[in-house]
Amino acid sequence: MATLQIEGLCKSFRDVAVLDGVDLDVVGGGLVAVLGASGSGKTTLLRLIAGFERVERGRIAIGGQLVAAPGLHVAPERRGVGYVMQEGALFPHLSVADNILFGLAPHARRGSGRVADLLDLVGLPQRYAPWQPHRLSGGEQQRVALARALAPAPKLVLLDEPFSALDAALRGDTRRAVAQALRAVGATGILVTHDQSEALSMGAKVAVLRRGRLVQVATPMELYRHPVDAELARFIGEAVLVPGTAAGHVARCGLGTLVIGAGPGEGPVELMVRPEQIRLLPPDTAGCAQGQVLGVTFYGHDAVVEIALAGTADTAIAARLFSRNLPEPGETVGIAVQGAVVAYPVAPSGAAPSQEPCGDPGGEKLVPRECA
Amino acid sequence: MPEAAAPHEALRPSRGGLVARGRLVQGLQVAAACVAPLLVLLPIGATLGQAMAGGIGPLLHELARPLVGALLANTAGLIESTMACCAILGVGVAWLIERTDLPGRRVFAALAACPLAVPPFVTSYAWLSMSPSFEGFGGALLVVATAYYPLVYLPVAASLRGMDPALEESARTLGLSPFTCFRRVVLPQLRPALMGGMLLVALNTLTEFGAFALLRFRTFTTEIYAAYRTGFSGPETAALGLVLLVLCLGCLGADFILRGRRHYARIGRGAKRAALRYELGLSKPVWVVLLVGLNAVTLGVPLAMIVFWLTQRGAAAITPAEVAPARVIGATLNSIGLGIAGTALTMLLALPLATLATRHRGWLTAGLERTGFLAQGMPGIVLALALVSVVIGTVPVLYQSDALLLVAYAILFVPLALVGIRSALVQAESRLEEAGRSLGLTWFAALRRITWPLAAPGLGAAAALVFIAIATELTSTLLLAPIGTETLATELWANGSTLAFAAAAPYAAIMTAISIVASWVLVQRYGAAPLLARQEG
Repeated sequence: MATLQIEGLCKSFRDVAVLDGVDLDVVGGGLVAVLGASGSGKTTLLRLIAGFERVERGRIAIGGQLVAAPGLHVAPERRGVGYVMQEGALFPHLSVADNILFGLAPHARRGSGRVADLLDLVGLPQRYAPWQPHRLSGGEQQRVALARALAPAPKLVLLDEPFSALDAALRGDTRRAVAQALRAVGATGILVTHDQSEALSMGAKVAVLRRGRLVQVATPMELYRHPVDAELARFIGEAVLVPGTAAGHVARCGLGTLVIGAGPGEGPVELMVRPEQIRLLPPDTAGCAQGQVLGVTFYGHDAVVEIALAGTADTAIAARLFSRNLPEPGETVGIAVQGAVVAYPVAPSGAAPSQEPCGDPGGEKLVPRECA
Repeated sequence: MPEAAAPHEALRPSRGGLVARGRLVQGLQVAAACVAPLLVLLPIGATLGQAMAGGIGPLLHELARPLVGALLANTAGLIESTMACCAILGVGVAWLIERTDLPGRRVFAALAACPLAVPPFVTSYAWLSMSPSFEGFGGALLVVATAYYPLVYLPVAASLRGMDPALEESARTLGLSPFTCFRRVVLPQLRPALMGGMLLVALNTLTEFGAFALLRFRTFTTEIYAAYRTGFSGPETAALGLVLLVLCLGCLGADFILRGRRHYARIGRGAKRAALRYELGLSKPVWVVLLVGLNAVTLGVPLAMIVFWLTQRGAAAITPAEVAPARVIGATLNSIGLGIAGTALTMLLALPLATLATRHRGWLTAGLERTGFLAQGMPGIVLALALVSVVIGTVPVLYQSDALLLVAYAILFVPLALVGIRSALVQAESRLEEAGRSLGLTWFAALRRITWPLAAPGLGAAAALVFIAIATELTSTLLLAPIGTETLATELWANGSTLAFAAAAPYAAIMTAISIVASWVLVQRYGAAPLLARQEG
C-alpha cells in the first residue's frame, strides 16, 4: 500500500498557480527529497499534504486513506503525519522532554522511557530532557523537533527545509542523525529542499519541482546522469552544454566526437557534459580538441578551470580537476571527454531547446518514453 | 617603516585631550540625567517620611484602623473584577481581530485602542449623567473595565501577531484540535503579555481618582482627597498614602520582574508567514454584533451622552447651571498653556536621561532610568500631597504656584516621555552618527543632518503624548493649581461632581476631542505602542 499518493494536485494563490498538476506516489519507507528552487511550490506541496492549505483540484491519500480532494479536507490533527518545520518550531514554554511528549495522549506521556528512547533515537544525550529549548544549538533543536514529530509514531514525516538554517558544520551531522532516525523507525520521509547536494545525498529518490510541476522523479544517480532536459541538467550540479550534430549514438561537436549515453538521434543537438568528465591533455596530443585557459578557481580538494574552446566563437567550458598540476591562465591545453554524454535535440530553427525528454538509450529519434 | 610611526606618535597628545573633554561632557550629561530620577525619589521619600514621622508604632496603629481594611477590601474587589473583565475582553477581542476572518478587522482594531484616549473620569461623568444608578461598585467596574481593557488587548494582540505560526501548525500535526491548541500552545505564550497587561490595569485602577470620586466609590485615592479637603491631613492620610504607594510600586515591581523573564526566547529567526486565521463560519454575524455592542458601550454611549448634554440647556440637568463661554475659553487656554509648559519641562528632564540610557548602557544608567520609571507607580494624589508637604516646610512661596504644578506634571509623565524619546533615539543609532563623522561631518553637523532628522518625528510623538496626558490631568491639578486657575479637567470635575451635567459638557467635549484626535493621529503614524507607554526590555 502506498504511503502517500498524490494525483493531479493544483493550488493557486491569488490566481497565481503554485502547483499545477502534481502526481507523486511514494511507496514504502525511505526518504524522498523534493527539490526545487525558491518559489517552485515545494513548501506549498508539503503544507497541502499536512493539511494547512486546502487543495483546489486533485487528491491526496495517506496510507490509502483519502485526506484531501475538492470538497474534502481532513483537519491536520487527524492526518497522522509528522511535520518538522524549517526552524524546528519547538514550543518555547516547554522543556525538551515536554516538547517531545507533546503529541502523545496524557496517559502515554507518563511512561518515563519514551523521552529517553526518542532522545537516543535522534542521537541527543539524556541530560537535555529537562532543558529549555533555547539552550540547544540549531542542529540539536532540529533533532528535538524530529523526536517530537516521531513520538506519535507517524508513518509519514514531512521535513520542510530542516537544515537550511544550520551552519555548514552542523548540517552534515544533523542530516546523518535525521536519516538514521527515520530509517530506525521505518517511517517514510518527504524532505523539501532547495539544496541539490542535500537532495542527492539524502534522498532514496529525488523529485524535482519546477514552476509547480514535477519534471523528473528518479534515483539521485539517474537524475544526475540523465536529467530530462538541459535546464534540469544545469540545476542539478554544473553542466557544460555544447552544440553539436548527432548521428545515432555519436555526436560531433567542438569537443570532438562524443558517445551519446542518453538521447541519441539525428540532427542538431545540445550535448551535456559534466565538468568532471573533462580531462586536460598536453596541447599536442593527436586528435583532441584544443582550448585556451581563461581562469582557474581553486577549491582545495579540486579546482575548476575555465577554457575557451578553440575554433568556436564564444564557447567557454568548465573542467573540474584534481588540484595537482593545474594549468596557468593563457596556456593552451588539449581537451578530452571521459564517458558518455547526454544529448538534447534542438529545434532546427535554433530556437530554445525542447523541454521534453528525448528518449532512452536505444530508442529512435524523438521516441516517447513509454515506447522505448 | 618610519613614515608610519611618526603620525602615530603625533596622535597621542591630541587623543588624550579628546578623552578629557569627553569626560567633562559625559559628567555634565550624567548630572543632567540625575535630575529627573532625584525628582521622582523626592515625593516617595517625603511620603515615607511623613508616614513614619511619629515612629513605627503610631504608623502600625494607623494601618490597623478598620478604615484601611475596608478600603483594601473595596479596592481589591474592584481590581480583581476589573482584571478579570479586562483579561476576557482583551484576549477575546485580540483573538477575534488577529486570528479569525472577522469582517471589518481593521476598523475594530483601531477602535479597540481608542478607549485609552478618553480619560475615565470623562466616561464616568457621561454614565452618571445618564442615570445616578451608575454610582457605586457596578458603575466603577463598568467605567474602568471599558477604559482599561485596551491595556490587555494591545500587548496580547501584538503577541498574537508576533507568534510563530509554525508552533500552532506543529501542534496541529501532533493531533491537537484548534481549541486544545489554543489552551496548550497559544495561551501559555500569551501569558507574559496578558499578565503584564493585567498588572497595568491594576496599577491604573489603584491610581484612578476622578472616576471613583464622581461615582462615589470609596478607594484610597478618594479617601485621601476627602481627608485633604477637610483639612484633616495628618498621619492618618500619610499612612493611607503610604499603603497606596506600596501597592502601586508592588504592581510596578511585579511587572518589572515579569518582564525580565517575559519574552520566551523566540527560537530561530525563520522567515515568518502570516498566522493561521480561523473561519468563523455561521457564527460570524454574532461576533460582529458582539463587537459592535462592546464599542457602543466603551465609546458610543459616553460620546453620545456628551453630545446630548451639549445640546441641552442648563436647567435640564439635576443641578441647573449655565455654561459661560468665557469660562470655557479660559479653561481651554489654561489647559493648553499648562500642557505646553509642562511638556517642555518634562522633555527637558527626560532627554538627557534617555540619551544616556540608550547610548551608554551600564548599571548606573540603567539604575537612573529605572528610578525615572518608578513614577509610573506614583498616584497623582500621593505625589501632590507629598509635594505640598515638602514645599510648605521649605519654600512656602512655591505652594499653589504654577511652577510646582509643572514639576508635578514632569514627575508624573517622565516615564511617558522616556519611552517615547527612547524609541525615537533607537531610530538614530550612534553608528549612523559615526558613519557621518567618518565622512567628514563635525559632531554638530552630524547631529543636525543625521540624528535630528531621524529622531525628530519620534520626539514629536513623545511630546504630543505628554501634552495629551497633561492637558487631561485631573488629580494633581485639582490639588496644586493656583487658586483661580481652572483647567478643562478641573471645570469638568467641579460641574460633574455637583451634577451640573449640561455645564460640564463643553469641557468634556473639548478634552475628548483633543485627546481622541491627537491619539488617532499618533496611532495612524506610529501604531498603538506609544499609548501603552511602557519601558522596553
